[in-house]
Amino acid sequence: MTLPTTSGPAILRAEHLGRIVNSKILLEDATFEVRVGEILAIIGPSGSGKSSLLRLLNRLDEPTSGTVYLEGTDYRQIVPRELRRKLGMVTQRAFLFPGTVASNLRFGPAQRGETLSDDSVEKLLEQVGLKGYASRDVANLSGGEAQRVSVARTLANSPFLLLLDEPTSALDDASKQGVEHLIQNIVRHQNLTCVLVTHDVAQASRLAQRALFLQSGRIVRAGPIDEVLNA
Amino acid sequence: MLKLIFHNELGLGLAQAGAAALAAVVVVLLARKRSIHLESETVIAMVRGLVQIVAVGSILVLLLRGPRWTSVFLLAAMIVAAGATSARRAKGMPQAFRVSAWSIAAGAGSIIALMTWLGVIDTAITSLVPVGSMLIANAMNTNGLALNRFRSDILSHVGEVETALALGAAGTRSVEPYVQASFEASLIPAIDSLRSLGIVWIPGLMAGMLLSGSRPVYAAIYQFVVLAMIFAASGLTAFVSTILIRERIFTSAEQLLLQPGR
Repeated sequence: MTLPTTSGPAILRAEHLGRIVNSKILLEDATFEVRVGEILAIIGPSGSGKSSLLRLLNRLDEPTSGTVYLEGTDYRQIVPRELRRKLGMVTQRAFLFPGTVASNLRFGPAQRGETLSDDSVEKLLEQVGLKGYASRDVANLSGGEAQRVSVARTLANSPFLLLLDEPTSALDDASKQGVEHLIQNIVRHQNLTCVLVTHDVAQASRLAQRALFLQSGRIVRAGPIDEVLNA
Repeated sequence: MLKLIFHNELGLGLAQAGAAALAAVVVVLLARKRSIHLESETVIAMVRGLVQIVAVGSILVLLLRGPRWTSVFLLAAMIVAAGATSARRAKGMPQAFRVSAWSIAAGAGSIIALMTWLGVIDTAITSLVPVGSMLIANAMNTNGLALNRFRSDILSHVGEVETALALGAAGTRSVEPYVQASFEASLIPAIDSLRSLGIVWIPGLMAGMLLSGSRPVYAAIYQFVVLAMIFAASGLTAFVSTILIRERIFTSAEQLLLQPGR
């Protein structure tokens, strides 16, 4: 199914994207686009292919059919490391590396030979509401704090599109609300584009402008969030 | 006690093998009580080991009378067999046999060649083959441990590895902590053997040298030489195998191939 085109330039376009592993269809014939500055929610029941789709967008898995165009370029023509830097990913669990908060934030830029200054680290932490946390050991962070560090670590790579895979599903209600506000603020103030995978329909309704509804690896509904949720 | 019952050497040997195997079976049964199933693997390994060593022992007399150059072929065959054996510890890892065989050849093979050239190992087939086989066998064990540890570490840290990839890290960088951990873990037996030499264990080779008339001090020093060579061969093998395997668990687009359930 194809998401209807509306105004606004597309930053990313998936065309007939699919992945089949050992005869099992994880995703089939997904065609849609993501527009600059929007939050696109991908919703659907467990096992419907939401996370598989996000992994394909970041090329952590290889499509068995179709491809993705990033700003008009087939993403197979882009060096995977550069592609992943541009499409920052935040996962359900933070997966912080052992060490300090600052060392986690410096990880991404260090892969390109860049050193993130102390000031830049502080600015990033301020953005995610963790000012003064730079020297803290990640082992001592709460779940909500760890997820905020994970977001800051992704932002340290200066991505222009964020892929969020159930970023609040492992958090309590208070932390969940905090991370939701954080996502809204980041998208609004940095003009970032966002693809949000969530099983939480209410969250999708609060955050996203448009949505794709997946079922058994296929997009069965697509369009403005209200239309998709009320169909 | 067995010596009182068995008076000929072959009968005694078989009885001794039976007693030792019985002890191993008891351990397997104990493990089974804790739902750890080693039965088939242990039985196959014991029967296979016994048949192999008896077969080799039977033809060793002929081989040891052969020209010196035949030892090269014998050691090369041992390296291939060692590669196949330790590759089984790396289930699901791409090109595990090739990686194992090349690593053991690079690790044990280079140390054997260097030490033979330096005169540390005698070129006589009766010396080169037994000492070389010790180095290859230990390199095989180390390689198996390294690959097994690396595999289990990666499978239990897929999230961390893919997070590093998603942040723009190269595949080799994303698995660096697990390469280091598997290298260190694989060398624990070799380090402990070296550390406990003469205190916890006295290798059979020393007893053999003493029986063949070597001076006790030289026999003792040569034990250290053998264990130091084992450590060098094992360490080099683990070093090469962890470097070779870390590149093979990724596709050319730096996607992690080693995934649970795949």
